[in-house]
Amino acid sequence: MSAGLEAGEYTSVELTEAHLTDIEQRNKQSNSFITIAREHALAQAKAADVKRANGKATLLTGVPIAHKDIFCTKGLLTTCGSKMLSNFYAPYNSSMVERLNGAGIVTVGKTNMDEFAMGSSNENSFFGPVTNPWDRSKVPGGSSGGSAAAVADGLVACATGTDTGGSIRQPAAFCGITGLKPTYGRISRYGMVAFASSLDQAGPMTRTAEDAGLMLSYMSGFDRRDSTSARREDDWLNAIAHNGIPKLVRPLTIGLPKEYFADFANTEVIEAAQAELVKNGHTFKEVSLPHTQAAIPTYYVLASAEASTNLSRYDGVRYGHRCENPTSLQDLYERSRSEGFGEEVKRRILTGTYTLSVGYFDAYYIKAQKIRRLISNDFDKVFEEVDLLMTPTSPTPAFRLNKHTHNPVEMYQQDLYTVPTSLAGLPALSVPCGFVNSLPIGMQLIGPAFREDTILSVAAQFQQITDWHQRHPGESA
Amino acid sequence: MNWESVIGLEIHVQLATNSKIFSGASTRYGAAPNAQACAVDLGLPGVLPVLNERAVEMAIKFGLAIGAKINLHSVFDRKNYFYPDLPKGYQISQFETPIVGEGSIAIALENGTERIVGITRAHLEEDAGKSIHDLFPGQTGIDLNRTGTPLLEIVSEPDIRTSKEASAYFRQMHTLVRYLQICDGNLAEGSMRCDANVSVRPYGQEEFGERTEIKNINSFRFVERAIDYEISRQIDVLESGGIIERETRLFDPDKDETRSMRSKEFSEDYRYFPDPDLLPLTFSQALVDKIALTLPELPDAKRIRYVEQLELSEYDAQALSSDLERSEYFEVVVNACNNAKQATNWIMGDLTAYLNRNNLEISASPVSAAQLALLITRLNDQTLSSKTAKALFDGLWNKADNSQGVDALIVEMNLAQVSDDLELTGIIDKLIDDNPAQFEELRNGKDKMLGFFVGQVMKMTQGKANPQQVNEIIKAKI
Repeated sequence: MSAGLEAGEYTSVELTEAHLTDIEQRNKQSNSFITIAREHALAQAKAADVKRANGKATLLTGVPIAHKDIFCTKGLLTTCGSKMLSNFYAPYNSSMVERLNGAGIVTVGKTNMDEFAMGSSNENSFFGPVTNPWDRSKVPGGSSGGSAAAVADGLVACATGTDTGGSIRQPAAFCGITGLKPTYGRISRYGMVAFASSLDQAGPMTRTAEDAGLMLSYMSGFDRRDSTSARREDDWLNAIAHNGIPKLVRPLTIGLPKEYFADFANTEVIEAAQAELVKNGHTFKEVSLPHTQAAIPTYYVLASAEASTNLSRYDGVRYGHRCENPTSLQDLYERSRSEGFGEEVKRRILTGTYTLSVGYFDAYYIKAQKIRRLISNDFDKVFEEVDLLMTPTSPTPAFRLNKHTHNPVEMYQQDLYTVPTSLAGLPALSVPCGFVNSLPIGMQLIGPAFREDTILSVAAQFQQITDWHQRHPGESA
Repeated sequence: MNWESVIGLEIHVQLATNSKIFSGASTRYGAAPNAQACAVDLGLPGVLPVLNERAVEMAIKFGLAIGAKINLHSVFDRKNYFYPDLPKGYQISQFETPIVGEGSIAIALENGTERIVGITRAHLEEDAGKSIHDLFPGQTGIDLNRTGTPLLEIVSEPDIRTSKEASAYFRQMHTLVRYLQICDGNLAEGSMRCDANVSVRPYGQEEFGERTEIKNINSFRFVERAIDYEISRQIDVLESGGIIERETRLFDPDKDETRSMRSKEFSEDYRYFPDPDLLPLTFSQALVDKIALTLPELPDAKRIRYVEQLELSEYDAQALSSDLERSEYFEVVVNACNNAKQATNWIMGDLTAYLNRNNLEISASPVSAAQLALLITRLNDQTLSSKTAKALFDGLWNKADNSQGVDALIVEMNLAQVSDDLELTGIIDKLIDDNPAQFEELRNGKDKMLGFFVGQVMKMTQGKANPQQVNEIIKAKI
């Protein structure tokens, strides 16, 4: 696409117009977009064409993308999938959006998501569920389900997402695309609506690892407006726009954590992927991450605790949903919040409020922080033996709509393989590695902190020797 | 029964940074409502706090000044509660680990003794906005300009025993933070406010009685009155067989009483936990050492130096050192005229009287320290008499354009003493010629005639003749 623009085969305005028309026609099927930003996109496309004419184009200039509706975008609705923010226009751009705008990208719309990024199926959206392009009766995963479905449907070549406990990787796996959750601190959180501040991380969702690396290089970088932003100078990252993802210079040792395979049914798909990588000289080794089973409860204690106070600002006073005719301050708070938030969000606010309360704080929050440290230590230890880890991304392929909506604990188990890396702040990505019953399966590659290069390189190599990532819904799998 | 009161104060000091503690918005007082609240202050979705390093330096400076332990590692916590002027639904504060640990401060009591008040801790936090209840009928206005103004909350030990001590402590803190230039000290604008924890117990009893907390007192006088009322209220309750409930009370200065605001049963659970948006606050001992070098001479040290080196009275030394600007003015005058006694007299006397009459701070004095010093110098070199010096001071005070030099004004106002021997001798010779009888009496030893002649000379020179010189010339003629 970038090459076509550079060669002058089409202008960004033409390309954007084609994308918008496609989205407008096909969004009904998937419900991937909450906002289709026609005027905004065409204005950006026009500016991108001028930029290119002036010789100032980057590889992303004029390329249409979609942002998850959790990123503040000046002039566009930023709903976070919630009734609470269904009328909210942010007066500013998130730092990440600002960076991509600086590279000349075109934002064609804002994608659907689980409300406040809480969910694993995209069924918790005020704007309705998203369907999986591979089977419209199945969920696309969540919370970045709209972005994953939009890329899988070919509505955009890349989209942005956020991942707190698997919200990029799991929908990427369910929709058969590539999704990267970078190291915590790699991409600024400023202007990204907060769910759980110590876990939230933005990342790219694309068809290929190469595209993910390219997007990462433009999305990341130190931001003084985010105190948890990492001050790093990684040469490989700065060079991606010119050199692509770094080539591997030696075969790697890849760990297979046994806890991630104990209950996983579709091992044959992962084994086939292993066989491909062995052909490239890599070796596999079974390792153990002993605290894996504690990850889900730890995650839900910490994420809910942080969420319960992050969402206090939605009180109906300054912006967002406000109840009709409040009779008192208490009434304003109670009705605005009861009406504005959905069930899952309320459940987590209540859980988080409870775990932070006097008398429970030590038993839940403090204990969870200690376990978080143990989980992180597990990873530190295995990375002394192996270069990266390979696991399934999700316990199952995409499940049918409404399957888990009445059992939150079952739904939470979806995140079993993705949550531990979030707790440890490590980079991880999901790439398509096969199909089961015509539904894509993702494999997860996990690297040490700030070594996205390792997992991207292995993923890129895998995508050179396989074509799973090039399959499209509608073709025979 | 004899009762003893036990008091501890929590003083909130607004730090004099240009921008807010977690955002770049201005902290200037008095802007149009909500004109100084940026996206971060408004608590918009997605915004994040970034710590203002100036606020940290000021907190360290304060800690050093009270001899406190400075914690090189401290943590910002979220204090969660809902209120319309608290945009995020939580206040960022420090709960478990404050930046400043235990320290102490000495306060001078009226009976001339000193009391050491222990400081438990001082921590950094953000101020909330203001709710305005009386501007729109049936509605509450919210002004978020104050939101995010850096506060240093200074918590004392329950070492204070009387309302007078409490206000002396509050004043001493006021002096100190202004010395350190970490707060403008403007109580009327809310730059310093305090909460008082008050309890009473029978004399001799070891354990404390149940306490109440009086919130948000913003003047030295009110601290005294609020505590006095609360002490007598508590004693009344206990003596009539009642018990004191732990509660929060508000002081109403109009009625001179405290009223219950909320009792313990309704006390909130603030659900403190470390703010995940901010890293723990860490800095090196080297930074602390560097800031230590910038500490000014503190009020106590200054007072002692004034007494010991400049030989001022305890009263004058206290008065001149208690206000940084007054002491700076004083020191400029002393250094330039080299006469501490006269500098003190002029500042404590005429200058203070003029300032009070015009309701001015010393920083706004129309007579500069340099001008006052030169005035004193001219008095000492006998260019001025004590009478013309006062006239000159008045002239300097009232002169619209004050750029003119002191010496030029002496000429313009014709205030210089006549010290010219020839001129004075001429005048005296003429006087002797005109008053031969009186001169004869003087010659014959009638000393009081000397006064007559001196008086006549002063009259003829409009008081500008140097009286000592006149004396000498006349005596020589006899």
